[in-house]
Order: sequence, then C-alpha cells, then structure tokens
Amino acid sequence: MTKLTRDDVLRLAQLARISLNDDEATEFTDELSAILQYVEQLSGVDVSGLKPTNQVTGLTNVMRTDEVKDYGYAPSDLLKNVPKTEANQLKVKRMIG
Amino acid sequence: MGGIIADNSSAPQELRWESIAELAAQVRSGKTKAADLVEKSLAQIAKLEEYKAIIATTAERARERAKQIDAKVANGEDPGRLAGVPFIAKDNFLVFGADTTAASNILKGFDAPYQSAVIKKLEAEGAICVAKANLDAFAHGASTENSDFFTTLNPHDKTRVPGGSSGGSAASVALGIAPFALGTDTGGSTRQPGSFVGIVGYKPTYGLMSRSGIVAMASSLDTVGTFARNIDDASLVIDVMAGKDELDSTTIDRDTMGYADVQGDLTGKKIGIIKEYMGEGLADDVREQIEQAIAKMREAGAEVTEVSLPSISLALAVYYILCPAEVSSNLSRFDGQRYGYAYADAANLDESYTKSREIGFGKEAKRRIMIGTYVLSSGYYDAYYKKAQTVRTKLIQEAEAAFKQVDFLIGPVAPTTAFKIGENANNPLAMYLADVMTVAINLIGVPAVSIPCGVSGENGLPVGLQLIAPQHKDRALLELAKATEEIL
Repeated sequence: MTKLTRDDVLRLAQLARISLNDDEATEFTDELSAILQYVEQLSGVDVSGLKPTNQVTGLTNVMRTDEVKDYGYAPSDLLKNVPKTEANQLKVKRMIG
Repeated sequence: MGGIIADNSSAPQELRWESIAELAAQVRSGKTKAADLVEKSLAQIAKLEEYKAIIATTAERARERAKQIDAKVANGEDPGRLAGVPFIAKDNFLVFGADTTAASNILKGFDAPYQSAVIKKLEAEGAICVAKANLDAFAHGASTENSDFFTTLNPHDKTRVPGGSSGGSAASVALGIAPFALGTDTGGSTRQPGSFVGIVGYKPTYGLMSRSGIVAMASSLDTVGTFARNIDDASLVIDVMAGKDELDSTTIDRDTMGYADVQGDLTGKKIGIIKEYMGEGLADDVREQIEQAIAKMREAGAEVTEVSLPSISLALAVYYILCPAEVSSNLSRFDGQRYGYAYADAANLDESYTKSREIGFGKEAKRRIMIGTYVLSSGYYDAYYKKAQTVRTKLIQEAEAAFKQVDFLIGPVAPTTAFKIGENANNPLAMYLADVMTVAINLIGVPAVSIPCGVSGENGLPVGLQLIAPQHKDRALLELAKATEEIL
C-alpha cells in the first residue's frame, strides 16, 4: 500500500513544475495516497499474455501529404495569446545560466 | 417529441423549440428568421442566469451570423441543414466570439485564433453558436463544482449538481436555452449530465468526430458529446459532425448510411444487461427505473439477457491511472510561456513555470497532474501506467466477447440520481466514483448514449438508461435509442 510522504509530494510537485503552499502539500499527501491505494487494486490482476493498449482505433501510421497549406492564419493571430513576443517569436527568460 | 423533460420536474417551464429539422426548414423557407431564433436563445440565457449554465455569450457574432444566414435565404442561396439553429458549446471548444477558458483561471482571456473542426462543420451547415457553457475546469469532474468560476445548478432542483463535466451544456438544453449543445465525453462527461438533467447525451465511437480545436484532457479517451432533447435531433447533429479530419489523425470513416433519419425496431434485438452494474452500489430508485425500462423493451420484442463483464469493476482504477497520466502530459503546455496566465514577477524561467502553474491551476487539475506525474515516473511506470494499459486490453477483450453474444449492452448511467451540491466536494475519491458506470466505455472506445427512462420515485429526479454498441456501430445505436425512446 503506497503511502506518500510530504517530501514525496513536494518532489512530485517539483517534477510537475508546480509550486505548492503548505496547506496544499498537507492535503495532497493524504488525498494522493488514497487515490493511489484505490488504483493499486490492479496489482493483483492477471494479465499474462496480454499487450498494453495505447489506442483503440486500430489505425496505424496515418500520413498526409507533406505540403505547405494556407490555413488562413496570420502569425499575429497565432501569437495573440502569447504573454511575451519579439519579432514573431515567443520570448522567455534565459534558459542557460 | 414530448415527454423528454420529466413532467414533475421543478425546472422552469422549458422554452419550447420545434425539432431541429423543423427549425432549419422554417429558416430555409423564410418562414422564421435566424435572427429571431438567436434572440429567443439569448433571451432565455438572460432569464435563466441564476442557473449559471453559461460562462459567456457570443451574442455579437451570433447576431452577425444570423444576419448572413437570413440574407442567404433572401438571395435564394441554401444556408444549410442546420440553418439558423442556435446551439451552446462547452467552453473547452475553440469558438470565435468569446474567450475559450475551459472554466479555468489559467486560460482566462484566451482568444481562440481558430475554431474547433466540429464547430466549423456545424457553422458550414448554418448552425449558430450563441454561448459557451460551464464545466469542471479542463473537464476534470462529475458535477461542475470543479469549475474555477462557479457551480451550475440542476434545472430540476437548484440544490443539486447538473452532473459533469459538461454540466453547463446539459443544463442549457434542459432549460430550453438552445435545442442542442456540445459537450465532451472522456469518462462519462456527456452521458452522466444527460442522465442527471433528463435529456439525451451521446458519446460516439472514439475517433468518429475530430478533436482538433478542443482543449485536450486525456487524448486516448476524449470524444465529442452531443446533448439534445431526443434522438432525432441528436442524430442530425451527429451526422453533420462525424467523419475524418486531416488535423486529427485518430479520426475514422463515417458510416456510409450517415447518422440522420434513423428508424428503429426492438423486435428480435439481442440486448445484454451488464450484470456487474446492477449489483451492489446501485441506488434502489435508479434500479427501479432501469428494470421498468428493461421490461418495456422486452414487451416491445427485444431479447434481453444478463451478460457478465468480469473485469469491468476494475475500469475506474484503470481510468484513474490513464486519465491523469494523459492529463499531466496535456497540461504541461500550460507553462506561462505560450498562452494563458503568466506570473509576471518571476526571477527565472523555473519560477515562471512553477508560479504560473501554482496560481493558474485549480485544485483538481493539480491533483491529476500530480497523480499522472507519479504513475509515469521512472520506477513506477510499469506498475501503474503499463499495468493499466494492459488491463485496458482485458476490458476490450471482455467487451468483444460480450458483443459476440448480444447486439447491444445496457445498464444504468450512474449509480444515483443527481447528488447535492457539496456532497462529494471534500472527497475526491467519492467524486471519482460518480463515473463508475461510464468510464469503461471510453476505455473500450465504443459508442454509448444516455436516454431519459423515468424519474426517481424518491426525489422526482431524472434517471438515464445507458445503451452501448460495438465500435463503429453508431448508426445502429441511434436506431436502438430511437426505438427505445418511443416505448419509454
């Protein structure tokens, strides 16, 4: 039975790039443990000989012609929701220290 | 067409709309103006604001489109099969004329640069989107209580939820705001609210309708849902939306017969009641209505037997691994850099990510991102994610075996009628259990529909009957639903 610790939760939050306040960290420690304990009922299920299902359509390698199409979107339309732009590009904080 | 809304409902007197085919015919002949239909819908939204079904209207654009459609009619052009028919879109569809928020703070103010593929198809046939409906933020929930903005009230009882996550869309149709509405169904989000408010809620075969331009939740499970008052209306809308789209490589071919104008007959139809859904955990008042519906189907000539899907009780556990895994992946794009809320005072890139996401996401989105991150993380992947995918295969095989014995499966949609607002709010696991009879269908990928089958003898609230067909048998399912609707 998985019982997450507060440190586990903070580590997960860091992996998911979400900062948590103290209350949330406490709350999630109990809630996430309960959810994981519920889904752990699968651990005893016999699945020998079965392959995992990634998708249900049965379609494989769906291709379309590699050609430039005009969908009628101006770059300014596609960038209008971006918090910061410069020269039609997303502007983000420095990545490499 | 009558009898769809429960007679003893406490819902406000529903605004009567003609059938969708009739409304469009009237607009095309010039007898009714599209502009009048839009005004009628907008007036109903204003009148019923207290139910909080709507996040925002697209009034200006809707009026403009109505004008164009009326002008086409005046010029002798054909405005399409849904000419002038108003509809409501769940606020996770990209639509022009209002923000697309998915009822989340992080997407507040998002102005869609393009429209969803299905919205484009509906517009090409003359339908007019008048408003965006409330949902559990990012479609994470079963009640609309996880909306970052407000909770929608059940049209039959204002102290209860309308179901979710597409609760605003469902309530809109039940309240007569529009003749149809769009939802999404990833684990039951169209069927369960359809059941809770007493209307039709249709989930297609996975891939039948394009997901392009819809805010993604769990991509291997997401489908477009249709809400309407009856099967005739729903099937016409489905017929317009169904089919391949090169912008969604998971889309599949249409049925050569299409989906409109269905006629059905129950005689000789082999139908299996899912045994596991009729057992412990099903409320007595729901069971009573389901059993009565089954009796009527038998009287009408259907051969109803009990069928067992032995692993179906595992579906919820499978779902609450796969769904959060896909959610955590899909929501990683909300990082404060591309669109949506961005924390302005970040000292560095990492803080910009973590603070934007902390402030922008609501609690349930965070919960699912965390669970998803856990089950996908190195060391746990095989035990959780891969195991769940493999049990998914087992569920699919059991369903395939069942469909060798019977043509269709039936059962309840949810274990109870609409629950009270706040009842499950502090217990996420209890809220997840509201999906216990719907999630398996998404995992298997088959079509299913909730149709009203009566009201609870205890509280007068609607009860829905779930009809399920094999993959790609959407037309046959609509035919069955039409025949069942006629005898209930």
